[in-house]
Amino acid sequence: MDIRRQISMVFHLDKCIGCHTCTVACKNVWTDRKGAEYMWWNNVETKPGTGYPTHWEDQEKYRGGWMVDGNELRLKLQRKGGALGNIFYNPRLPQLDDYYEPWTYKYQDLFDAPEGDDQPTARPVSMVSGEYMDIEAGPNWDDDLGGSPVYAANDPNLKGLDEEERRQLTDLERMVFFYLPRICNHCANPGCSAACPMGAIYKRGEDGIVLVSQEKCRGWRMCISGCPYKKVYYNWSTGKSEKCVLCFPRLETGQAPACFHSCVGRIRYLGVVLYDADRIEETAKVDEQRLVEAQREMILDPFDPAVIAAAKKNGISDEWIDAAQRSPVYKFVKRWHLALPLHPEFRTLPMLFYIPPLSPVMASMKKGSYDIEETEFFGTIDKARVPLQFMANLFSAGDIAPVSYVLRRLIAVRAHRRSVSVGDISKEKAGSMLAEVGLTPDEADGIFKLTSLPTYDERFVIPPYQRDAAIEELWNDPLSQKGETGFGFRARPKRGA
Amino acid sequence: MSELFWFAVFPYLAVALAVVVGIYRFVGARFSYSSLSSQFLESSRLFWGSVPWHYAILFILAAHTLAWLAPQPWIDLLGGGRAYPLEVLGVGLSLLSIAGLVALFTRRLLNPRVRAVTTPMDVVLLLVLLGQVVLGAAIAVTLRFGGLWYPATAGAWLWSLATLSPSLQSVTPLPMLVKLHAAGGFLLVVLFPFTRLVHLVSLPLGYLWRPYQVVMWYRRGARP
Repeated sequence: MDIRRQISMVFHLDKCIGCHTCTVACKNVWTDRKGAEYMWWNNVETKPGTGYPTHWEDQEKYRGGWMVDGNELRLKLQRKGGALGNIFYNPRLPQLDDYYEPWTYKYQDLFDAPEGDDQPTARPVSMVSGEYMDIEAGPNWDDDLGGSPVYAANDPNLKGLDEEERRQLTDLERMVFFYLPRICNHCANPGCSAACPMGAIYKRGEDGIVLVSQEKCRGWRMCISGCPYKKVYYNWSTGKSEKCVLCFPRLETGQAPACFHSCVGRIRYLGVVLYDADRIEETAKVDEQRLVEAQREMILDPFDPAVIAAAKKNGISDEWIDAAQRSPVYKFVKRWHLALPLHPEFRTLPMLFYIPPLSPVMASMKKGSYDIEETEFFGTIDKARVPLQFMANLFSAGDIAPVSYVLRRLIAVRAHRRSVSVGDISKEKAGSMLAEVGLTPDEADGIFKLTSLPTYDERFVIPPYQRDAAIEELWNDPLSQKGETGFGFRARPKRGA
Repeated sequence: MSELFWFAVFPYLAVALAVVVGIYRFVGARFSYSSLSSQFLESSRLFWGSVPWHYAILFILAAHTLAWLAPQPWIDLLGGGRAYPLEVLGVGLSLLSIAGLVALFTRRLLNPRVRAVTTPMDVVLLLVLLGQVVLGAAIAVTLRFGGLWYPATAGAWLWSLATLSPSLQSVTPLPMLVKLHAAGGFLLVVLFPFTRLVHLVSLPLGYLWRPYQVVMWYRRGARP
């Protein structure tokens, strides 16, 4: 057992209102620079939709992620030799136009235009070439189902949906959508790192954050193809790859990442999980239908004495173990089985988990109010407005069972809380609903509390990074980096004597 | 006098400059040590430029190096009537490299997005490269069977340079075309550390042996 730590995340999609506040917070902090204008390390997509970059989920096009070839786990993109053969031209590289061409407006023209019969206009200009351009796409062009016949209708996740289910998603007055906020998943088996010929992309041993070394990166661009989530971006100005850094300078000082901190719906949870690094490969290799379960098994129980002992042997401090025990991610993923990885079939073992949305309300209307007690408790699930198959294509490699199980649990928790707070569902009925999905009233209360009423410290359990101790080990002097947080000189600006 | 400079002094200057500035840039500005790919901005024309150019020039350079470092095996290779097909292959590759380079050059000048990431040095480098391969092709076409006379002339001169006893006797009688080509080669060596040619030493062969996942630990010695 080789225990590693991972700062892991859960997004509760029922709570996402699609406001893009996370996106803007991230943009302002990290990507408001030349060459990075088109990058959105955090973005919010409307589902159904084609996403950003367009069709990123279609791995027949981009060849991201892993595949099992016989008994071997290999990148879908190419073998290692193929990486050298394709080094002069990467045939699977998304183009700027697959994202969108970033633009600004010639505002100065509004002031400088000579007097004339018409109002002056600020024409859009490309932020790459500086030339006039026609705006044809943006990073969230399909927001709230905008242009659905083009975008929503081409969602790769519609695969396997029958005619009726597709109509459910697109017909006027029936159509439905939900939001999918995305950041880098900081995978346990990252495709980007594996595809990098230079070895420039690494996972930090201390917290599992995946970073690109800007010095080592030579811009071969294989990571961009290798990441099935298209969360590594090419900076066309510096010629280097960049990606979400999970705001590690904030984490190291005990603050939540900018997108987490700014989330209006408070949908985001962050905490440590311990996992067994020896099992990464075997976990990523299991049959498609077993992937969700296998990944859950790879994450270890931080209360298990054997796990604690092995963690300590690997130099994990008591504070981190304590943080792992209080981790909201551990609760949602492992204890309550509510959170699922996005597209587990890409086999990168993403460490960002999603609680699939129950909303919009799935019950039928009865006497002007929503009725969640039909004859069969969970009878409404199959009539869910978002077809189960669509959700399954996103969160469980097309297998309906895990998604349905999560939704049934969420309904049971709602029924339980309704019985407690409103009282129009009998205690017995709520109790048997809970029993059917294997929850106790206490657990249901715990889920309710962490879902609806969590404090800041419950949503973000950030372990102490103990930089002092790490610095002491590295430089033998605990004060050697004093006053340098956020700067970290590589070559000291020392002058004079 | 000028021959003495171009063929006995300049090569050493060029190599010294390439090594010193190359190392200086690697240590001081490693961030810039790449080819600054523009495939993200324009892909389809790049394919028709980059792929033929790189593969053709790699084979041509390999032939130049082999004929210099191992003249006898090279002559043996060309014996037995094999000189003719190799000659055809060489001319074909040089034309391919010219075609690729022209495609890259026009792309760089005509595509507004690519132009946005083009520096004056990029244009200088492309012009020198183009001149060099055109000269090479002209030599291949006008002075037939270069593979046979190269080891004894240019190859011998390169050996004399490598053994630090520069000798002009094998260069002086050569035609102007060949002299220009030889000096041009060392001009490219000069350009190496100052342009995106530095990507030549970025070939990531280590990838073939390293494990897929790279993990880095902050703490020294904390983990295997």
